[in-house]
Amino acid sequence: MQALTNRAKDVSRKPMSFMESLYLPAIFKGMAITFSHIFKKNPTISYPEQKRPFSPVFRGLHVLNRDEEGRENCTACGLCAVACPAEAITMEAAERLPGEESLYREEKYAAKYEINMLRCIFCGLCEEACPKDAIYLSETFVPASFTRKSFIYGKPDLLIPNPKTDPEGYEKARGKAEPTTASAASPN
Amino acid sequence: MTLLSIDWILLIEKLILIAIIVFASLGIALYTTFAERKVAAVLQDRPGPNRAGPFGLLQPFADGLKLIMKEEIIPNTSNKVLFILGPGLAMTAALMTCAVIPWSSHVELFDRSIDLQIADINIGILYIFGVVSLGVYGIMIGGWASNNKFSLMAALRGASQAISYELAMGLALIAVLMLSGSLSLKTIVDQQMEHGRLWNVAYQPLGFLIFFICAMAECNRTPFDLPEAENELNFGYHQEYSSMKLGFYLFSEYVNMIMSSAVMASLYFGGFDIPFLDESSLSPNLAAILGVLALLTKIVIFIFVFMWIRWTVPRFRYDQLMNIGWKKLIPLALINMLITGAVILWLQK
Repeated sequence: MQALTNRAKDVSRKPMSFMESLYLPAIFKGMAITFSHIFKKNPTISYPEQKRPFSPVFRGLHVLNRDEEGRENCTACGLCAVACPAEAITMEAAERLPGEESLYREEKYAAKYEINMLRCIFCGLCEEACPKDAIYLSETFVPASFTRKSFIYGKPDLLIPNPKTDPEGYEKARGKAEPTTASAASPN
Repeated sequence: MTLLSIDWILLIEKLILIAIIVFASLGIALYTTFAERKVAAVLQDRPGPNRAGPFGLLQPFADGLKLIMKEEIIPNTSNKVLFILGPGLAMTAALMTCAVIPWSSHVELFDRSIDLQIADINIGILYIFGVVSLGVYGIMIGGWASNNKFSLMAALRGASQAISYELAMGLALIAVLMLSGSLSLKTIVDQQMEHGRLWNVAYQPLGFLIFFICAMAECNRTPFDLPEAENELNFGYHQEYSSMKLGFYLFSEYVNMIMSSAVMASLYFGGFDIPFLDESSLSPNLAAILGVLALLTKIVIFIFVFMWIRWTVPRFRYDQLMNIGWKKLIPLALINMLITGAVILWLQK
């Protein structure tokens, strides 16, 4: 049979030479190698205190966006649900009533908006499909939980904090304060 | 009636000494488990346990607590008496060795001179050999009583390994005994402390190497950990054990390590001797404390070497193990013995 690559090596079946059968030279060589690793810097970081920065294109937990006046962007057009290859998004639309202009930006809004985080593959196609800049993927990941039901995130879980009433939470959720690999590499 | 009089103070001081040594060796063994994990981590470029307490120093207590809290399982088909006896025997045999090790010279307290050795018996080395052989019963009984084919195979391996390597160990030791002319560990250490005499390892480098390899095999340390080979025997003889019974088995391995380090230090590295220092010039109490520290330092170095080897070398195959034991170490030990005997005869004329 012809080999696929020229990298294959025949296994040596030769009996060990006297020096090899002593084992000791090889063992001392190995011990020297392991000893040299005492002085190597270890790449581990202690996780909850230190965090490895995400790349700027990291796609994490979804956030439903508001505009700068605190109104929800989403119009429940359903394009994200159509774009979603994992069929993780469901929504119900509702009409904006008079007096709700400060809550919703346009006449139609999502009364119910659910993402099943167990189905979601974090591809970011919903973000690309959205014409209203209403959904985007943040730089946090979905926390672990004990029940399947708790992975179905509704509007209260997804909505970004209101910039009017909670500007700090808004900034935090936007994730600009979190270091990314780009900002860690070149502080701009 | 004087024949029956008992030196009560001697009895009390020996009991205190036994308590101190047993608890100290258990405490050191506790931290040896921690050191093992830390050494493994450092050799593998990772930080190791560092969460429990400062620098992870409380980790061994967390491990111990975990083992105690675990469910105690005794298999239905096991031999219950032997199943419980096994770990106890392993631990007892490991701890019994410390009786004859001279931990230091002597301290003077309340007008009494107290030897820091539990029993200076004139067959010290033979006693150690006897007790070490008993240690095999812990493995054998545990493996047999579990009524599990893996455990049984591990027990067989452990027994055959211990028997094979005890031979070479004894032969390597005979050369030391020829030099010292005594079986008492105290005498052997005192001779090494004499002025103008080097440690035994200088006269017996080959003997020490053989003894060291055999000690590693006796302690079931990697590369000789065939009885508990994780990947082929599922932890071998203690596979069926849980809770603190498992803890006793794991713990006795570390106590064994400490004791064999102490024996090696005493036999080949001058015991509690501090190099380049004349102990008789110091006050006896200070000399005794420094001696204990010197012996502990030597033990720690030996334990580090044990661990260093463990995290470097993979396990031997069974046929390799037997080949090394019977075809390499025993002939080498015999040659070493003959050469030592010839040199002693030649020097004495």
